[in-house]
Amino acid sequence: MNQTPPTPRHTGRPVQPLWVRLTHWLNALAVLVLVASGWRIYNAAPFFPFTIPKELTLGGWLGGALQWHFAAMWLLAANGLVYLGSNLFSGRLFKKFFPLSPASIWHDALAALRGQLSHADPRHYNHVQRFAYLFVMADIVLLVLSGLVLWKSVQFGLLRELLGGYEFARRIHFACMALLVAFVAVHLVMVALVPRSLLSMLSAQKEKSV
Amino acid sequence: MKIQTRRILTGIDTDAALAEARKLVTRRVEQPARRAFLQRSLTLGGLSLLSGCSISDNAGVEAALARISRFNDAAQGWLFDPNRMAPTYSDAEITRPFPFNAYYGEDEVRIVDEAGYRLEVTGMVADKRSWTLADLRAMPQQDQITRHICVEGWSAIGKWGGVRFGDFLRRIGADTSAKYVGFKCADDYYTSIDMPTALHPQTLLALTYDGQPLPPKYGFPMKLRMPTKLGYKNPKHIKAIFVTNTYTGGYWEDQGYNWFGGS
Repeated sequence: MNQTPPTPRHTGRPVQPLWVRLTHWLNALAVLVLVASGWRIYNAAPFFPFTIPKELTLGGWLGGALQWHFAAMWLLAANGLVYLGSNLFSGRLFKKFFPLSPASIWHDALAALRGQLSHADPRHYNHVQRFAYLFVMADIVLLVLSGLVLWKSVQFGLLRELLGGYEFARRIHFACMALLVAFVAVHLVMVALVPRSLLSMLSAQKEKSV
Repeated sequence: MKIQTRRILTGIDTDAALAEARKLVTRRVEQPARRAFLQRSLTLGGLSLLSGCSISDNAGVEAALARISRFNDAAQGWLFDPNRMAPTYSDAEITRPFPFNAYYGEDEVRIVDEAGYRLEVTGMVADKRSWTLADLRAMPQQDQITRHICVEGWSAIGKWGGVRFGDFLRRIGADTSAKYVGFKCADDYYTSIDMPTALHPQTLLALTYDGQPLPPKYGFPMKLRMPTKLGYKNPKHIKAIFVTNTYTGGYWEDQGYNWFGGS
């Protein structure tokens, strides 16, 4: 769905608006702190037969990791609300990520594997990208909801029951973390393959005519 | 169920480690844009790897994190609904054996002698006389089967019985407009809680576990049981209770655990 050469009609505006760039990097910082400190918290009572190497964790000891985790959660939540709110009310969410269907994702995934996917217009997200970004938004929302159950399982009683109870919410929280880390890994590989996308997320550079 | 101890981290030569890693990557990656990208991400990764020592040990950062923890106390106090009950469970759901946890090992559990035991009551209360175990057993008793959630993440379901702490506070004429209730324990543990949680209907001065007098490892002669707070907020072997407006922290709280510790 991305084979036609794009027309350079957007010149003049930055590829990523300022609020997208700001919320992207604040989110990246929050995720880095939350994942690294979360790994240390997991190590205190692992429910799988492995622990995370402590060199990769943040906080030093459980109390320190918890302090980082419960500080960065505010950044993740506040920044996430700004991002989702702006995305929704500016119409960007629908413009950039839809339409989307399993067939179109499959089509673009095959095209990507054959190396036939065009990256000529960085404003246009192919359907694999659309799916991946929508997926990670939903994943982080579920991380926050399961995190609320772990933090305040008595106060958020309905949410606790919806997520299968305290212990099941722990597994959900871990699984969503693992999926988020997998997303980040693929995301970084993609950015390495198309370094221009990093520049457009860093500065207000205008896309040159193609 | 290991005990959390504060770990001392050894210093790493951050700059040298990063410089060497950069060199290794630069040699292998040819395209300038990719090289720049990888170098930048390596710096970010290196930062996260080393943050355990270089960021956390900074006094300014520690102070900021402690301030956010105080903010989180306030947020939890605001979220706390005195009418919201922790879920209760059936006898069949009790975790057996119920795990032991303390800041020391199970072989160091304190044995408190029942005959000499007196619960001291001080601070903003009308009646400061000491209590024997018999006095406490003479008050109306309550049972609860609730989930104990540890700060480490694990949880276990147990059955406690004893006196509603709210009943006890009213009996001793405690000033329930005071901010805190503090506890001193025979195992040198200490902690303090907020008054709304102290008055919560599920907060018990527990005298029994699973229908039997509290065994030493679960806090004989008496522990505070709060299903609305994490395990470290539930002191065992309590020998003194005081009502106060002065913040007195706690054994783990003074080392960095969140003071409110609610769930």
